[in-house]
Amino acid sequence: MNIQNMILTLQKHWSEQGCILMQAYDVEKGAGTMSPYTFLRAIGPEPWNVAYVEPSRRPADGRYGENPNRLYQHHQFQVIMKPSPDNIQELYLDSLKALGIDPLEHDIRFVEDNWENPSLGCAGLGWEVWLDGMEITQFTYFQQVGGLECKPVSVEITYGIERLASYIQDKENVFDLEWTEGFTVRDIFLQPEFEHSKYTFETSDQEMLFNLFNIYEKEAHRQMDEGLVHPAYDYVLKCSHTFNLLDARGAISVTERTGYIARCRSLARKVAKTFYEEREKLGFPILKEKEEGSHE
Amino acid sequence: MNKKDLLLEIGLEEMPARFVTNSMKQLSDKVRSWMTDKKISFDEIRAYSSPRRLAVLVTGVSTAQDDINEEAKGPAKKIALNENGEWSKAAIGFTRGQGSSIEDIFFKEINGVEYAHVNKFIKGQETSALLPELEQIVASLTFPKNMRWGTQDLRFVRPIKWLLALFGSELIPFSITGVQTSNRTRGHRFLGEEIELNNPADYEKALLAQYVITNPQERKNAISSQLEKIEEANGWVIPVDEDLLEEVNNLVEYPTALYGQFEEAFLELPEEVLITSMKEHQRYFPVKSKEGRLLPYFVTVRNGGHEHLEKVAKGNEKVLRARLADAAFFYKEDQKTAINASLAKLQSIVYHEEIGTLAQKVDRVRQLANQLSSKLCFNEEDQEITDRAAEISKFDLVSHMVYEFPELQGFMGEKYAIQKGEKEAVARAINEHYMPRNAEDHTPSSNAGALLSIAEKMDTIVASFAIGIIPSGSQDPYALRRQATGVIQTLLAKQWDLKLENLIGLALDAVLNAKIGKKGKADLMDELTSFFKLRVKYLLQGKGVRYDFIDAVLGREIGSVSSLVRRAEVLEANKDAEGFKESIEALSRVINISSKAEEKGEVDSSLFENEYEKALFNKYLSVKKEMENAVSEESAFKLLISMKPEIDQYFEHTMVMAENKDIRSNRLTQMALLAGVILQFANMNEIIVK
Repeated sequence: MNIQNMILTLQKHWSEQGCILMQAYDVEKGAGTMSPYTFLRAIGPEPWNVAYVEPSRRPADGRYGENPNRLYQHHQFQVIMKPSPDNIQELYLDSLKALGIDPLEHDIRFVEDNWENPSLGCAGLGWEVWLDGMEITQFTYFQQVGGLECKPVSVEITYGIERLASYIQDKENVFDLEWTEGFTVRDIFLQPEFEHSKYTFETSDQEMLFNLFNIYEKEAHRQMDEGLVHPAYDYVLKCSHTFNLLDARGAISVTERTGYIARCRSLARKVAKTFYEEREKLGFPILKEKEEGSHE
Repeated sequence: MNKKDLLLEIGLEEMPARFVTNSMKQLSDKVRSWMTDKKISFDEIRAYSSPRRLAVLVTGVSTAQDDINEEAKGPAKKIALNENGEWSKAAIGFTRGQGSSIEDIFFKEINGVEYAHVNKFIKGQETSALLPELEQIVASLTFPKNMRWGTQDLRFVRPIKWLLALFGSELIPFSITGVQTSNRTRGHRFLGEEIELNNPADYEKALLAQYVITNPQERKNAISSQLEKIEEANGWVIPVDEDLLEEVNNLVEYPTALYGQFEEAFLELPEEVLITSMKEHQRYFPVKSKEGRLLPYFVTVRNGGHEHLEKVAKGNEKVLRARLADAAFFYKEDQKTAINASLAKLQSIVYHEEIGTLAQKVDRVRQLANQLSSKLCFNEEDQEITDRAAEISKFDLVSHMVYEFPELQGFMGEKYAIQKGEKEAVARAINEHYMPRNAEDHTPSSNAGALLSIAEKMDTIVASFAIGIIPSGSQDPYALRRQATGVIQTLLAKQWDLKLENLIGLALDAVLNAKIGKKGKADLMDELTSFFKLRVKYLLQGKGVRYDFIDAVLGREIGSVSSLVRRAEVLEANKDAEGFKESIEALSRVINISSKAEEKGEVDSSLFENEYEKALFNKYLSVKKEMENAVSEESAFKLLISMKPEIDQYFEHTMVMAENKDIRSNRLTQMALLAGVILQFANMNEIIVK
């Protein structure tokens, strides 16, 4: 199965489970979790079920397109369900079956893996799912987001698309994966991989990046003070990506690193809190709709 | 009495493997103490667990609580009866409270006072009426890490999926987090199905038919015997790491061991790298030849049956290949970095915010190691090796390999140091300075490795104490206790006579000079000395030394632990010798009375009144001199007990607490000097002689 069909299959499966199919969010980010569709929507009492593909940038993992397993940008298929349904493990295993992975022919295990993202004030408990020894999915029950206790709890399922595809297509090199008939990952992504790696490690303007970080940070705070959560959050994401670029370049010493992470975290906490307050002002509209709907 | 079996099973989403065994024990302990508390008799409790379940089967459970027949004690007779001999309000109240009447009262004497009593009989309740209380047992289970899920408030190890609770064929009704008990359980996630159980005793068998081995020991035995079969069939040796076996056992409900292979070319990687990739990351068992050579195979345990094993093996091979290819890449990259370049990077790595960078730590450790190597009179070569090893001891921490596999710190240092042209002894010391790595590990064998290990651990412990990180109760996140024990074990293994107080003092000077922490030296010295004292005590207890001997040799100061242990061993060796008790008593007597001495002074022999005083004094002088040259603790002990006749004679004929102040003070001074010599060996007062 090529990647395009994998994505279509997963979209169909999760759409049938009542998930809204979203498109990737258009600001750079290191993981699907950082999309506002996850980070913000996991906060507060309103139900939320979504699925989307998220291109995720990890500057430090850039390898000029030379490493068969590491990418500057890879793809995650992200599912969020809030509150976490009782049969979520079964729903997940059904999605594997839909991808043609018959559990009876493999060794599928749920191995403890707790997830923490200190720079976003997030923590969760769950597993990495092993398929014949390969980690193909992160499965997490969010306990805290942006420093706020999650109530109800969201479950996050993150499929590593390239990982899973390399298994399904039995390819050793990520660039050999077929995206769709006639197109491989190499055809589409090799050049950007090389260029972004070169940019990250060699040609980026550190001074500009440091300045940008400060500018973005200031703007994020300013917009939050206006109660404009989404614009503010876009700037938080930009801060985070700028920090990743600087960090990958080795421009941030270990001591400074702690300081930058603390700045990102305080932004994330403030955004989380502001989002909650703004939703509360609106009377948690999705919660209301669902309740009204259930009375009919 | 009627009996039935009781079965309680908590079905869960996959628990963390490391929690399974303890949680199972916790559940069975809680059920046991609840049943005992409730006076419900039973034959036996059997505990079961798998990644998806915790269960107990209690056999022969009585269908009712034991009846209670007891006497209830009421007010004293003089209160129970008024002056007219009529029952008082107190007495009436008492009987009412006991559900009886005044006719039932009889008197019984307790400690000479008569009290009103009634016979009380409480009929035991039906067990089935009490069993819903199991709900609290389940809800009260605690785990090292807890979570919430859905809209539930309960914090539990993982979401509860089903509850099976049966007393005989009868359902025990309760619910937790919206899950209602039933007589249904679930089999293996893929091979089994949901089944109904009507008899608790069928539990093991019924689930086995659904591909779940519920008895963890049986599951483990199954894995072990499968490993043995693979060994036999291929002529291999599969060294079984118990921790890994335990973990793997708790990752599967129905184990099937299988093997796969990897390219021979990867065998060029250091063995530790291969083993770590397999064990830590993939939970594979590495495979060796009968000669002990690592082979390009691995064994994994699948959660399932024998179907499609080739496919599973192939998948696992692919994963391992990718991991090893990564490792090979890092290995190659690391060859390109010179040691000096790595050392420069240590300057920007913060070891701890309040303690400073790794480079600063290395500097302190190097200084301490050099001070110690000259104290121990290392030969010139060993001194050089120690210095160089200390200087580059942490260079591997910035390698790609250690970044990926932190547990390989030291191992990679050794490999890389040799490749980069360092002396073999230097390389070995880098590896050894992390030893002992755990409670089962050996101490370093080379002098440089041992010394560096001591210096590095001392710096860690002392610097942590300086910033207030002090182990307490179960809190010891930096494993300082283990490190202190490592220091002591290493000193013992090397039989180095370094005084622990000096060691602490030197490490402390370096840390305080670096302005780490805000505490004063005297306080820290006290805290550290008592910390180490306790470690020494536990270590000696672990060696089976009698506790009174430990207290005796652990006197005012710790001194050299090697000497301390030898002294304890001398006591142990002589404890059954003839005259041991009497000798100890004589020496203790001196120590006891010496405590009355007020000030230290010189003995004035002109104040002696009898020959025994003089004889003891002469003996003291000769013993003191010989003690200084004593070649062993054994001979020191012999010298001490050789004073017994003179001490006995002395006490027989001399009254220490004489009327005359000068004479008394002179005698006490003599006792104090004598006690000083004895206490150097041990505080004989602590020794229990029967």
